[in-house]
Amino acid sequence: MGKVIVVTSGKGGVGKTTSTAALGAALAQRGERVAVVDFDVGLRNLDLVMGAERRVVYDLVNVIQGDAKLPQALIRDKRVETLFLLPASQTRDKDNLTPEGVERVIGELKEHFDWIICDSPAGIERGATLAMRHADVAVVVTNPEVSSVRDSDRIIGLLDSKTVKAESGERMEKHLLLTRFDQARAERGDMLKVEDVLEILSIPLLGIIPESMDVLRASNLGAPVTVADSRSAPAMAYFEAARRLAGETLPVTVPGEKRASGGLLSKIFSRRAA
Amino acid sequence: MSIFRLFRKQSSAPVARERLQLLLAHERVSTGSDLVQLLREEILAVIAKHVELDNERVQVKMDRTENVSILEIDVEIPRDAVKQAA
Repeated sequence: MGKVIVVTSGKGGVGKTTSTAALGAALAQRGERVAVVDFDVGLRNLDLVMGAERRVVYDLVNVIQGDAKLPQALIRDKRVETLFLLPASQTRDKDNLTPEGVERVIGELKEHFDWIICDSPAGIERGATLAMRHADVAVVVTNPEVSSVRDSDRIIGLLDSKTVKAESGERMEKHLLLTRFDQARAERGDMLKVEDVLEILSIPLLGIIPESMDVLRASNLGAPVTVADSRSAPAMAYFEAARRLAGETLPVTVPGEKRASGGLLSKIFSRRAA
Repeated sequence: MSIFRLFRKQSSAPVARERLQLLLAHERVSTGSDLVQLLREEILAVIAKHVELDNERVQVKMDRTENVSILEIDVEIPRDAVKQAA
């Protein structure tokens, strides 16, 4: 049975779709079977970031409403064999997502894939709550910036109350993915430090993705950043994050850090992960 | 170290951190469980029956750990604020 991950944040524009594509591709590049699912009904974008926008025939709403079977709607990535995309609908609105329909589709995906990665829409409305509803693990994407941190805090509250896991009394596994991080600015005191964000949100750290031109470049090209340039700094950070998701224990490296690693940050990571 | 440091703008990240910590402490109270909100309102209502409450002088604090929430209500009561029983 596959594992369901929701990539969520509350705030828009922090890197959910970029991270869904990159983590999905990174896991698939390890040979695992991955389906990335766009829950942003009405404003789909995962297809575009993954370069599959011209291949969309059916979408999530079609599958939910029975107009198409799941295998008909899934789009296989042209570069990574084991990576599939289930796009969102562009024309319908999010009211077409029913809790029962989502549950059925997720259940079906779990039978065929190792990982199901749900790209949540921004906000805390229906689309976002349905995207997180059946998740086993949540990746909370946060920028080192006050409004993003605040919205992440709200989302963490929802993850702990509105998910199937939470409702059945289980602990929802949550990980922080800090994106658009700039170590030089943090060192100058002009950006929240990794430790600050970790202390405020108190969930374990999955990875730190540096602010980088490579991210925009990859989306211009229509490829997940781990595929577009697998040696770039953000790609390496996403590969590391994917390995942690898959259960490996790795020290978190701060991209662009001058000091030798294994310092404060890895202590924080090991403490929080414990 | 350098004299130029003096002319640099004060670093902003510590301010951001402090603002967030204050804000979230409050928001976790108001958007957290209904029970805590209910308790806060009812406790303050009971106090208000007997004492003139000055909102500036009431501090509600909340601490949320994995299993326990601690609600701390700190009310400053000036000597002349006690309402006269009619």
